[in-house]
Amino acid sequence: MIGLPLVYLIAGAMFAAFAGLSLGDRANRKRFGNAAFWGLVAVSFLLGDHLGDLGNGLLVLALALLAGTGQLGVGAPDTTSPDERQDLARRLGLRLFLPALVIPVVTLVGTFVLKAATLHGQPLVEAKNATLIALALAAILAALLAQMMFRQPPVAALQEGRRLMDLVGWAALLPQMLAALGAVFAAAGVGKTIGDLAVAWTPVDSRFAVVAAYCLGMAGFTILMGNAFAAFPVMTAGIALPLVIGRFGGDPAVVCAIGMLSGFCGTLLTPLAANFNLVPAALLQLKDRYGVIRAQAPTAVLLLIVNMVLMYALAFRA
Amino acid sequence: MLTLLGVAVIVLGFALRFNPLLVVVAAALTAGLAAGLSPVEVIEAFGKAFNTNRYVTIAWLVLPAVGVLERCGLQERARLTIQALKGASAGRILLAYLLLRQLTAALGLTSVAGQAQTVRPLVAPMAEAAAETAGPVADADRERIRAMSAATDNVGLFFGEDIFMAIGSILLIVGFLDQSGITVEPLHLSVWAIPTAIAAFIVHGARLLLFDRRLAPTTEARP
Repeated sequence: MIGLPLVYLIAGAMFAAFAGLSLGDRANRKRFGNAAFWGLVAVSFLLGDHLGDLGNGLLVLALALLAGTGQLGVGAPDTTSPDERQDLARRLGLRLFLPALVIPVVTLVGTFVLKAATLHGQPLVEAKNATLIALALAAILAALLAQMMFRQPPVAALQEGRRLMDLVGWAALLPQMLAALGAVFAAAGVGKTIGDLAVAWTPVDSRFAVVAAYCLGMAGFTILMGNAFAAFPVMTAGIALPLVIGRFGGDPAVVCAIGMLSGFCGTLLTPLAANFNLVPAALLQLKDRYGVIRAQAPTAVLLLIVNMVLMYALAFRA
Repeated sequence: MLTLLGVAVIVLGFALRFNPLLVVVAAALTAGLAAGLSPVEVIEAFGKAFNTNRYVTIAWLVLPAVGVLERCGLQERARLTIQALKGASAGRILLAYLLLRQLTAALGLTSVAGQAQTVRPLVAPMAEAAAETAGPVADADRERIRAMSAATDNVGLFFGEDIFMAIGSILLIVGFLDQSGITVEPLHLSVWAIPTAIAAFIVHGARLLLFDRRLAPTTEARP
Protein backbone atom coordinates (compact mmCIF):
# COMPACT_ATOMS: atom_id res chain seq x y z
CA MET A 1 0.00 0.00 0.00
CA ILE A 2 1.33 3.41 -0.96
CA GLY A 3 1.31 5.89 1.89
CA LEU A 4 3.12 8.87 3.30
CA PRO A 5 6.56 7.15 3.33
CA LEU A 6 6.73 7.33 -0.47
CA VAL A 7 5.73 11.01 -0.47
CA TYR A 8 8.35 11.69 2.23
CA LEU A 9 10.95 9.94 0.10
CA ILE A 10 10.11 12.23 -2.85
CA ALA A 11 10.15 15.33 -0.65
CA GLY A 12 13.44 14.21 0.90
CA ALA A 13 14.98 13.78 -2.54
CA MET A 14 13.79 17.25 -3.57
CA PHE A 15 15.25 18.94 -0.49
CA ALA A 16 18.49 16.96 -0.90
CA ALA A 17 18.71 18.31 -4.46
CA PHE A 18 18.07 21.85 -3.18
CA ALA A 19 20.91 21.35 -0.67
CA GLY A 20 23.32 20.01 -3.30
CA LEU A 21 22.50 22.77 -5.80
CA SER A 22 22.85 25.39 -3.03
CA LEU A 23 26.31 24.11 -2.22
CA GLY A 24 27.44 24.66 -5.81
CA ASP A 25 25.96 28.17 -6.01
CA ARG A 26 29.00 30.43 -5.68
CA ALA A 27 26.85 33.53 -6.22
CA ASN A 28 25.31 32.98 -2.78
CA ARG A 29 27.63 34.19 -0.04
CA LYS A 30 25.79 32.05 2.49
CA ARG A 31 25.66 28.90 0.36
CA PHE A 32 26.91 26.65 3.19
CA GLY A 33 24.08 27.85 5.43
CA ASN A 34 21.49 27.16 2.74
CA ALA A 35 22.99 23.74 2.01
CA ALA A 36 22.98 22.85 5.72
CA PHE A 37 19.39 24.03 6.24
CA TRP A 38 17.82 22.25 3.25
CA GLY A 39 20.11 19.28 3.90
CA LEU A 40 18.72 18.90 7.44
CA VAL A 41 15.18 19.10 6.07
CA ALA A 42 16.11 16.31 3.63
CA VAL A 43 17.49 14.24 6.52
CA SER A 44 14.22 14.76 8.41
CA PHE A 45 12.15 13.49 5.47
CA LEU A 46 14.44 10.60 4.56
CA LEU A 47 15.50 9.37 8.02
CA GLY A 48 13.12 11.05 10.48
CA ASP A 49 11.61 7.75 11.62
CA HIS A 50 15.05 6.33 12.48
CA LEU A 51 16.51 9.33 14.33
CA GLY A 52 14.59 8.86 17.56
CA ASP A 53 12.77 11.64 19.43
CA LEU A 54 15.94 13.23 20.80
CA GLY A 55 17.63 13.09 17.37
CA ASN A 56 14.65 14.81 15.76
CA GLY A 57 14.61 17.38 18.56
CA LEU A 58 18.28 18.20 18.05
CA LEU A 59 17.65 18.46 14.29
CA VAL A 60 14.92 21.04 14.97
CA LEU A 61 17.25 22.98 17.28
CA ALA A 62 19.90 23.03 14.55
CA LEU A 63 17.34 24.31 12.00
CA ALA A 64 16.21 27.06 14.38
CA LEU A 65 19.80 28.09 15.15
CA LEU A 66 20.75 28.23 11.45
CA ALA A 67 17.71 30.41 10.73
CA GLY A 68 17.97 32.51 13.88
CA THR A 69 21.62 33.38 13.41
CA GLY A 70 21.05 34.51 9.82
CA GLN A 71 22.91 31.72 8.03
CA LEU A 72 20.40 31.56 5.15
CA GLY A 73 20.98 33.56 1.99
CA VAL A 74 19.09 33.67 -1.29
CA GLY A 75 20.57 31.59 -4.08
CA ALA A 76 20.87 32.92 -7.60
CA PRO A 77 20.36 30.02 -10.02
CA ASP A 78 20.58 30.83 -13.73
CA THR A 79 17.15 31.80 -14.87
CA THR A 80 15.52 33.71 -17.73
CA SER A 81 15.60 37.52 -17.83
CA PRO A 82 12.38 39.57 -17.71
CA ASP A 83 12.73 40.27 -21.46
CA GLU A 84 13.18 36.61 -22.30
CA ARG A 85 10.12 35.80 -20.21
CA GLN A 86 8.09 38.43 -22.03
CA ASP A 87 9.11 36.86 -25.38
CA LEU A 88 8.37 33.34 -24.15
CA ALA A 89 4.98 34.44 -22.85
CA ARG A 90 4.04 35.82 -26.28
CA ARG A 91 5.47 32.86 -28.18
CA LEU A 92 4.10 30.05 -26.01
CA GLY A 93 0.72 31.73 -25.55
CA LEU A 94 -2.09 29.97 -23.75
CA ARG A 95 -0.20 26.66 -23.80
CA LEU A 96 1.65 27.98 -20.72
CA PHE A 97 -1.48 27.54 -18.62
CA LEU A 98 -1.76 23.83 -19.43
CA PRO A 99 0.87 22.48 -16.99
CA ALA A 100 -0.42 24.95 -14.38
CA LEU A 101 -3.87 23.36 -14.74
CA VAL A 102 -2.38 19.88 -14.42
CA ILE A 103 -1.73 20.47 -10.71
CA PRO A 104 -5.36 21.04 -9.62
CA VAL A 105 -6.89 18.62 -12.13
CA VAL A 106 -4.56 15.71 -11.35
CA THR A 107 -4.86 16.40 -7.60
CA LEU A 108 -8.63 16.33 -7.88
CA VAL A 109 -9.03 13.34 -10.19
CA GLY A 110 -6.14 11.54 -8.51
CA THR A 111 -7.75 11.84 -5.09
CA PHE A 112 -10.92 10.11 -6.25
CA VAL A 113 -9.19 7.50 -8.42
CA LEU A 114 -6.55 6.62 -5.82
CA LYS A 115 -9.15 6.28 -3.08
CA ALA A 116 -11.08 3.75 -5.17
CA ALA A 117 -8.09 1.90 -6.68
CA THR A 118 -7.28 -1.61 -5.43
CA LEU A 119 -4.46 -4.02 -6.15
CA HIS A 120 -5.01 -7.73 -5.42
CA GLY A 121 -8.02 -6.79 -3.32
CA GLN A 122 -5.97 -4.38 -1.19
CA PRO A 123 -6.46 -0.60 -1.37
CA LEU A 124 -3.64 0.91 -3.44
CA VAL A 125 -3.11 3.96 -1.22
CA GLU A 126 -4.00 4.97 2.34
CA ALA A 127 -7.40 6.61 1.90
CA LYS A 128 -6.77 9.36 4.46
CA ASN A 129 -3.61 10.45 2.65
CA ALA A 130 -5.00 10.15 -0.89
CA THR A 131 -5.04 13.94 -1.42
CA LEU A 132 -1.39 14.37 -0.36
CA ILE A 133 -0.29 11.49 -2.59
CA ALA A 134 -2.29 12.88 -5.52
CA LEU A 135 -0.78 16.34 -4.93
CA ALA A 136 2.76 14.93 -4.97
CA LEU A 137 1.98 13.04 -8.18
CA ALA A 138 0.43 16.15 -9.77
CA ALA A 139 3.42 18.32 -8.84
CA ILE A 140 5.88 15.90 -10.46
CA LEU A 141 3.73 15.45 -13.57
CA ALA A 142 3.31 19.21 -14.01
CA ALA A 143 7.06 19.83 -13.68
CA LEU A 144 7.92 17.07 -16.17
CA LEU A 145 5.23 18.21 -18.62
CA ALA A 146 6.42 21.82 -18.47
CA GLN A 147 10.03 20.76 -19.04
CA MET A 148 9.10 18.63 -22.05
CA MET A 149 6.55 20.98 -23.64
CA PHE A 150 8.82 24.01 -23.44
CA ARG A 151 12.14 22.13 -23.93
CA GLN A 152 13.79 23.28 -20.72
CA PRO A 153 17.16 21.95 -19.51
CA PRO A 154 16.90 18.87 -17.24
CA VAL A 155 17.87 20.58 -13.98
CA ALA A 156 15.65 23.60 -14.67
CA ALA A 157 12.74 22.40 -12.50
CA LEU A 158 14.96 21.73 -9.48
CA GLN A 159 16.97 24.94 -9.91
CA GLU A 160 13.78 27.00 -10.26
CA GLY A 161 12.28 25.19 -7.30
CA ARG A 162 15.36 26.11 -5.28
CA ARG A 163 15.05 29.73 -6.41
CA LEU A 164 11.50 29.90 -5.00
CA MET A 165 12.42 27.87 -1.90
CA ASP A 166 15.21 30.34 -1.03
CA LEU A 167 12.74 33.22 -1.40
CA VAL A 168 10.51 31.56 1.20
CA GLY A 169 13.52 30.60 3.32
CA TRP A 170 13.06 29.55 6.95
CA ALA A 171 9.34 30.46 6.77
CA ALA A 172 8.88 27.20 4.84
CA LEU A 173 9.43 25.23 8.05
CA LEU A 174 7.42 27.51 10.33
CA PRO A 175 4.02 25.80 9.86
CA GLN A 176 5.50 22.43 10.79
CA MET A 177 7.33 23.96 13.79
CA LEU A 178 4.11 25.58 15.00
CA ALA A 179 2.23 22.30 14.66
CA ALA A 180 4.91 20.71 16.85
CA LEU A 181 4.64 23.60 19.33
CA GLY A 182 0.89 22.96 19.50
CA ALA A 183 1.63 19.40 20.62
CA VAL A 184 4.05 20.60 23.33
CA PHE A 185 1.53 23.22 24.50
CA ALA A 186 -1.15 20.53 24.68
CA ALA A 187 1.13 18.29 26.76
CA ALA A 188 1.90 21.22 29.08
CA GLY A 189 -1.82 21.99 29.49
CA VAL A 190 -1.61 25.52 28.07
CA GLY A 191 -4.95 25.31 26.25
CA LYS A 192 -6.82 24.17 29.32
CA THR A 193 -5.40 27.03 31.42
CA ILE A 194 -6.45 29.65 28.86
CA GLY A 195 -9.87 28.01 28.58
CA ASP A 196 -10.37 28.11 32.34
CA LEU A 197 -9.48 31.81 32.39
CA ALA A 198 -11.91 32.59 29.56
CA VAL A 199 -14.69 30.71 31.31
CA ALA A 200 -13.98 32.51 34.59
CA TRP A 201 -14.33 35.89 32.85
CA THR A 202 -17.52 35.03 30.96
CA PRO A 203 -20.58 36.97 32.13
CA VAL A 204 -23.46 34.51 32.50
CA ASP A 205 -26.48 36.75 32.86
CA SER A 206 -27.57 37.55 29.33
CA ARG A 207 -28.01 35.64 26.11
CA PHE A 208 -26.04 38.15 24.05
CA ALA A 209 -23.20 38.27 26.58
CA VAL A 210 -22.62 34.50 26.43
CA VAL A 211 -22.84 34.48 22.62
CA ALA A 212 -20.34 37.33 22.42
CA ALA A 213 -18.05 35.66 24.97
CA TYR A 214 -18.06 32.38 23.00
CA CYS A 215 -17.35 34.06 19.61
CA LEU A 216 -14.68 36.38 21.05
CA GLY A 217 -13.21 33.49 23.04
CA MET A 218 -12.95 31.33 19.90
CA ALA A 219 -11.24 34.14 18.00
CA GLY A 220 -8.96 35.15 20.88
CA PHE A 221 -7.88 31.61 21.72
CA THR A 222 -7.21 30.97 18.02
CA ILE A 223 -5.05 34.11 17.84
CA LEU A 224 -2.96 32.85 20.79
CA MET A 225 -2.71 29.22 19.66
CA GLY A 226 -2.73 29.75 15.87
CA ASN A 227 -5.39 27.14 15.23
CA ALA A 228 -9.19 27.14 15.52
CA PHE A 229 -9.19 23.35 15.91
CA ALA A 230 -7.29 23.71 19.20
CA ALA A 231 -9.66 26.41 20.39
CA PHE A 232 -12.91 24.63 19.57
CA PRO A 233 -13.00 21.81 22.17
CA VAL A 234 -11.80 24.08 24.99
CA MET A 235 -14.15 27.01 24.32
CA THR A 236 -17.14 24.86 23.41
CA ALA A 237 -16.83 22.72 26.53
CA GLY A 238 -16.24 25.83 28.66
CA ILE A 239 -18.78 28.32 27.32
CA ALA A 240 -21.01 26.96 24.54
CA LEU A 241 -22.24 23.68 26.07
CA PRO A 242 -23.02 24.90 29.62
CA LEU A 243 -24.21 28.43 28.78
CA VAL A 244 -25.17 29.14 25.17
CA ILE A 245 -26.72 25.70 24.62
CA GLY A 246 -27.41 24.47 28.18
CA ARG A 247 -28.72 27.54 29.96
CA PHE A 248 -30.17 29.59 27.08
CA GLY A 249 -31.22 26.72 24.79
CA GLY A 250 -29.23 27.56 21.69
CA ASP A 251 -29.35 25.17 18.71
CA PRO A 252 -26.06 23.16 18.89
CA ALA A 253 -25.64 23.00 15.08
CA VAL A 254 -25.92 26.80 14.68
CA VAL A 255 -23.79 27.58 17.73
CA CYS A 256 -20.96 25.21 16.83
CA ALA A 257 -20.90 26.00 13.10
CA ILE A 258 -20.75 29.75 13.69
CA GLY A 259 -18.42 29.29 16.66
CA MET A 260 -15.90 27.51 14.45
CA LEU A 261 -16.17 30.28 11.84
CA SER A 262 -15.51 32.84 14.59
CA GLY A 263 -12.30 30.92 15.25
CA PHE A 264 -11.42 31.27 11.56
CA CYS A 265 -11.68 35.06 11.99
CA GLY A 266 -8.93 34.67 14.59
CA THR A 267 -6.86 32.59 12.14
CA LEU A 268 -6.89 35.56 9.73
CA LEU A 269 -5.40 37.76 12.47
CA THR A 270 -2.53 35.69 13.86
CA PRO A 271 1.07 35.25 12.71
CA LEU A 272 0.90 31.81 14.34
CA ALA A 273 -1.20 30.60 11.39
CA ALA A 274 2.03 30.82 9.43
CA ASN A 275 1.07 28.84 6.34
CA PHE A 276 -1.83 31.21 5.64
CA ASN A 277 -0.37 34.50 6.83
CA LEU A 278 3.45 34.55 6.89
CA VAL A 279 4.38 32.09 4.14
CA PRO A 280 2.43 34.01 1.45
CA ALA A 281 4.18 37.23 2.53
CA ALA A 282 7.50 35.46 1.85
CA LEU A 283 6.27 33.91 -1.40
CA LEU A 284 5.09 37.29 -2.70
CA GLN A 285 8.28 39.01 -1.45
CA LEU A 286 6.39 41.54 0.67
CA LYS A 287 8.58 43.93 2.65
CA ASP A 288 6.18 43.74 5.60
CA ARG A 289 6.14 40.26 7.13
CA TYR A 290 2.66 41.02 8.50
CA GLY A 291 1.35 42.60 5.27
CA VAL A 292 -1.14 39.81 4.58
CA ILE A 293 -2.55 40.02 8.12
CA ARG A 294 -2.95 43.79 7.72
CA ALA A 295 -4.81 43.26 4.43
CA GLN A 296 -7.29 40.78 5.91
CA ALA A 297 -7.72 42.32 9.39
CA PRO A 298 -10.73 44.55 8.57
CA THR A 299 -12.54 41.60 6.95
CA ALA A 300 -11.81 39.41 9.98
CA VAL A 301 -13.03 41.97 12.54
CA LEU A 302 -16.23 42.79 10.62
CA LEU A 303 -17.00 39.10 10.11
CA LEU A 304 -16.47 38.38 13.79
CA ILE A 305 -19.15 40.97 14.62
CA VAL A 306 -21.41 39.52 11.90
CA ASN A 307 -20.92 36.05 13.42
CA MET A 308 -22.02 37.23 16.86
CA VAL A 309 -25.15 38.82 15.40
CA LEU A 310 -25.88 35.75 13.25
CA MET A 311 -25.49 33.35 16.18
CA TYR A 312 -27.72 35.53 18.36
CA ALA A 313 -30.36 35.77 15.63
CA LEU A 314 -30.31 32.18 14.38
CA ALA A 315 -29.55 29.96 17.39
CA PHE A 316 -32.61 30.78 19.50
CA ARG A 317 -35.41 30.48 16.94
CA ALA A 318 -37.51 28.02 18.96
CA MET B 1 -0.67 29.09 35.29
CA LEU B 2 3.11 29.15 34.78
CA THR B 3 2.70 27.36 31.45
CA LEU B 4 1.13 30.58 30.10
CA LEU B 5 4.68 31.95 30.03
CA GLY B 6 5.03 29.88 26.83
CA VAL B 7 2.25 31.94 25.25
CA ALA B 8 3.87 35.13 26.53
CA VAL B 9 7.14 34.15 24.84
CA ILE B 10 5.29 33.60 21.55
CA VAL B 11 3.42 36.90 21.73
CA LEU B 12 6.49 38.94 22.69
CA GLY B 13 8.78 37.12 20.26
CA PHE B 14 6.48 37.71 17.30
CA ALA B 15 5.74 41.31 18.34
CA LEU B 16 9.45 42.12 18.61
CA ARG B 17 10.08 40.32 15.30
CA PHE B 18 12.71 37.87 16.47
CA ASN B 19 13.26 34.96 14.10
CA PRO B 20 10.03 32.93 14.43
CA LEU B 21 11.80 29.54 14.40
CA LEU B 22 13.82 30.59 17.46
CA VAL B 23 10.70 32.04 19.09
CA VAL B 24 8.84 28.76 18.63
CA VAL B 25 11.67 26.71 20.14
CA ALA B 26 11.97 29.14 23.06
CA ALA B 27 8.21 28.99 23.67
CA ALA B 28 8.22 25.19 23.64
CA LEU B 29 11.09 25.10 26.13
CA THR B 30 9.39 27.67 28.38
CA ALA B 31 6.02 25.91 28.43
CA GLY B 32 7.60 22.48 28.84
CA LEU B 33 9.90 23.53 31.69
CA ALA B 34 7.04 25.38 33.39
CA ALA B 35 5.01 22.17 33.23
CA GLY B 36 7.78 20.34 35.06
CA LEU B 37 9.46 18.52 32.15
CA SER B 38 13.25 18.32 31.96
CA PRO B 39 14.99 20.11 29.04
CA VAL B 40 15.76 16.78 27.36
CA GLU B 41 12.13 15.69 27.72
CA VAL B 42 10.93 18.92 26.09
CA ILE B 43 13.36 18.51 23.18
CA GLU B 44 12.22 14.91 22.78
CA ALA B 45 8.54 15.88 22.82
CA PHE B 46 9.20 18.66 20.31
CA GLY B 47 11.25 16.40 18.03
CA LYS B 48 8.60 13.70 18.09
CA ALA B 49 5.83 16.18 17.21
CA PHE B 50 8.00 17.75 14.49
CA ASN B 51 8.51 14.34 12.91
CA THR B 52 4.82 13.39 12.96
CA ASN B 53 3.87 16.73 11.40
CA ARG B 54 6.16 16.43 8.36
CA TYR B 55 3.13 16.22 6.06
CA VAL B 56 2.62 19.97 6.63
CA THR B 57 5.81 20.72 4.65
CA ILE B 58 4.83 18.44 1.71
CA ALA B 59 3.03 21.38 0.08
CA TRP B 60 6.41 22.68 -1.18
CA LEU B 61 6.56 19.83 -3.69
CA VAL B 62 4.74 22.13 -6.13
CA LEU B 63 7.63 24.63 -6.24
CA PRO B 64 9.65 22.99 -9.07
CA ALA B 65 6.59 22.98 -11.34
CA VAL B 66 5.67 26.56 -10.46
CA GLY B 67 9.31 27.65 -10.83
CA VAL B 68 9.85 26.12 -14.26
CA LEU B 69 6.60 27.68 -15.50
CA GLU B 70 7.71 31.07 -14.20
CA ARG B 71 10.99 30.56 -16.08
CA CYS B 72 8.91 30.11 -19.25
CA GLY B 73 6.96 33.32 -18.63
CA LEU B 74 3.79 32.19 -16.83
CA GLN B 75 3.51 35.40 -14.77
CA GLU B 76 4.00 37.51 -17.91
CA ARG B 77 1.40 35.40 -19.76
CA ALA B 78 -1.07 35.96 -16.91
CA ARG B 79 -0.43 39.71 -17.22
CA LEU B 80 -0.94 39.70 -21.00
CA THR B 81 -4.24 37.86 -20.61
CA ILE B 82 -5.52 40.52 -18.22
CA GLN B 83 -4.27 43.42 -20.34
CA ALA B 84 -6.48 42.12 -23.16
CA LEU B 85 -9.56 42.32 -20.93
CA LYS B 86 -11.62 45.48 -21.00
CA GLY B 87 -12.75 46.90 -17.66
CA ALA B 88 -10.43 44.76 -15.55
CA SER B 89 -9.33 46.22 -12.22
CA ALA B 90 -7.40 44.72 -9.33
CA GLY B 91 -10.51 44.67 -7.16
CA ARG B 92 -12.71 43.06 -9.81
CA ILE B 93 -10.12 40.37 -10.62
CA LEU B 94 -9.82 39.54 -6.93
CA LEU B 95 -13.62 39.59 -6.52
CA ALA B 96 -13.90 36.96 -9.28
CA TYR B 97 -11.17 34.90 -7.59
CA LEU B 98 -12.93 35.21 -4.22
CA LEU B 99 -16.13 33.79 -5.71
CA LEU B 100 -14.27 30.98 -7.47
CA ARG B 101 -12.30 30.07 -4.34
CA GLN B 102 -15.40 30.08 -2.11
CA LEU B 103 -17.43 27.96 -4.53
CA THR B 104 -14.70 25.37 -5.13
CA ALA B 105 -13.92 25.16 -1.39
CA ALA B 106 -17.64 24.68 -0.70
CA LEU B 107 -17.49 21.63 -2.99
CA GLY B 108 -14.56 20.28 -0.97
CA LEU B 109 -11.99 21.23 -3.63
CA THR B 110 -9.74 23.04 -1.17
CA SER B 111 -6.43 21.94 -2.71
CA VAL B 112 -7.15 23.02 -6.31
CA ALA B 113 -5.86 26.50 -5.48
CA GLY B 114 -3.49 27.97 -2.94
CA GLN B 115 -0.80 30.52 -2.20
CA ALA B 116 1.99 28.67 -4.03
CA GLN B 117 -0.03 27.11 -6.87
CA THR B 118 -2.31 29.99 -7.85
CA VAL B 119 -1.71 33.22 -5.92
CA ARG B 120 2.00 33.73 -6.66
CA PRO B 121 2.08 32.60 -10.31
CA LEU B 122 -1.37 33.74 -11.47
CA VAL B 123 -3.64 35.79 -9.20
CA ALA B 124 -1.18 38.39 -7.89
CA PRO B 125 0.35 39.12 -11.35
CA MET B 126 -3.15 39.35 -12.84
CA ALA B 127 -4.30 41.78 -10.16
CA GLU B 128 -1.15 43.89 -10.63
CA ALA B 129 -1.59 43.90 -14.41
CA ALA B 130 -5.22 44.94 -14.02
CA ALA B 131 -4.17 47.87 -11.84
CA GLU B 132 -1.53 48.84 -14.41
CA THR B 133 -4.19 49.24 -17.13
CA ALA B 134 -5.20 52.45 -15.31
CA GLY B 135 -1.63 53.80 -15.23
CA PRO B 136 1.70 53.17 -13.50
CA VAL B 137 1.45 51.56 -10.07
CA ALA B 138 3.52 52.80 -7.12
CA ASP B 139 5.66 50.24 -5.27
CA ALA B 140 3.64 50.64 -2.07
CA ASP B 141 0.44 49.90 -4.00
CA ARG B 142 2.05 46.89 -5.65
CA GLU B 143 2.73 45.52 -2.15
CA ARG B 144 -0.86 46.16 -1.12
CA ILE B 145 -2.22 44.43 -4.22
CA ARG B 146 -0.09 41.36 -3.55
CA ALA B 147 -1.05 41.27 0.13
CA MET B 148 -4.72 41.62 -0.81
CA SER B 149 -4.37 38.74 -3.31
CA ALA B 150 -3.07 36.46 -0.56
CA ALA B 151 -5.75 37.71 1.85
CA THR B 152 -8.49 37.00 -0.71
CA ASP B 153 -7.32 33.41 -1.10
CA ASN B 154 -7.49 32.91 2.69
CA VAL B 155 -10.93 34.50 3.07
CA GLY B 156 -12.33 32.47 0.17
CA LEU B 157 -10.92 29.24 1.54
CA PHE B 158 -11.91 29.72 5.20
CA PHE B 159 -15.47 30.84 4.54
CA GLY B 160 -16.14 28.34 1.76
CA GLU B 161 -14.77 25.07 3.10
CA ASP B 162 -17.19 24.68 6.01
CA ILE B 163 -20.10 24.38 3.58
CA PHE B 164 -18.58 21.05 2.54
CA MET B 165 -19.82 18.30 4.86
CA ALA B 166 -16.69 16.15 4.94
CA ILE B 167 -14.17 18.90 5.74
CA GLY B 168 -11.98 18.47 8.84
CA SER B 169 -13.60 21.19 10.94
CA ILE B 170 -17.13 19.83 10.42
CA LEU B 171 -15.99 16.32 11.33
CA LEU B 172 -14.28 17.72 14.45
CA ILE B 173 -17.52 19.40 15.56
CA VAL B 174 -19.59 16.24 14.93
CA GLY B 175 -17.10 14.12 16.88
CA PHE B 176 -16.86 16.56 19.77
CA LEU B 177 -20.63 16.97 20.15
CA ASP B 178 -21.09 13.21 19.92
CA GLN B 179 -18.75 12.74 22.89
CA SER B 180 -20.85 15.28 24.78
CA GLY B 181 -24.03 13.31 24.06
CA ILE B 182 -25.41 15.64 21.36
CA THR B 183 -26.10 14.19 17.90
CA VAL B 184 -25.75 16.65 15.02
CA GLU B 185 -25.86 15.83 11.33
CA PRO B 186 -22.88 17.14 9.29
CA LEU B 187 -25.43 18.54 6.81
CA HIS B 188 -26.96 20.76 9.51
CA LEU B 189 -23.56 22.18 10.42
CA SER B 190 -22.66 22.90 6.80
CA VAL B 191 -26.04 24.58 6.20
CA TRP B 192 -25.38 26.93 9.11
CA ALA B 193 -22.02 27.84 7.62
CA ILE B 194 -23.82 29.40 4.64
CA PRO B 195 -24.96 32.70 6.28
CA THR B 196 -21.37 33.52 7.32
CA ALA B 197 -20.11 32.50 3.86
CA ILE B 198 -22.50 34.96 2.22
CA ALA B 199 -21.53 37.66 4.72
CA ALA B 200 -17.85 37.00 3.99
CA PHE B 201 -18.45 37.44 0.26
CA ILE B 202 -20.32 40.70 0.83
CA VAL B 203 -17.85 42.14 3.37
CA HIS B 204 -14.64 41.16 1.59
CA GLY B 205 -16.15 41.81 -1.85
CA ALA B 206 -17.13 45.32 -0.83
CA ARG B 207 -13.63 45.90 0.51
CA LEU B 208 -12.17 44.75 -2.81
CA LEU B 209 -14.30 47.20 -4.78
CA LEU B 210 -13.36 50.00 -2.37
CA PHE B 211 -9.74 48.87 -2.74
CA ASP B 212 -9.89 49.96 -6.41
CA ARG B 213 -10.92 53.44 -5.33
CA ARG B 214 -8.03 53.63 -2.89
CA LEU B 215 -5.64 52.62 -5.65
CA ALA B 216 -7.08 54.97 -8.25
CA PRO B 217 -5.97 58.43 -7.00
CA THR B 218 -2.34 57.38 -6.46
CA THR B 219 -2.11 55.87 -9.92
CA GLU B 220 -3.74 58.85 -11.60
CA ALA B 221 -1.54 61.31 -9.77
CA ARG B 222 1.51 59.89 -11.52
CA PRO B 223 2.19 60.79 -15.14
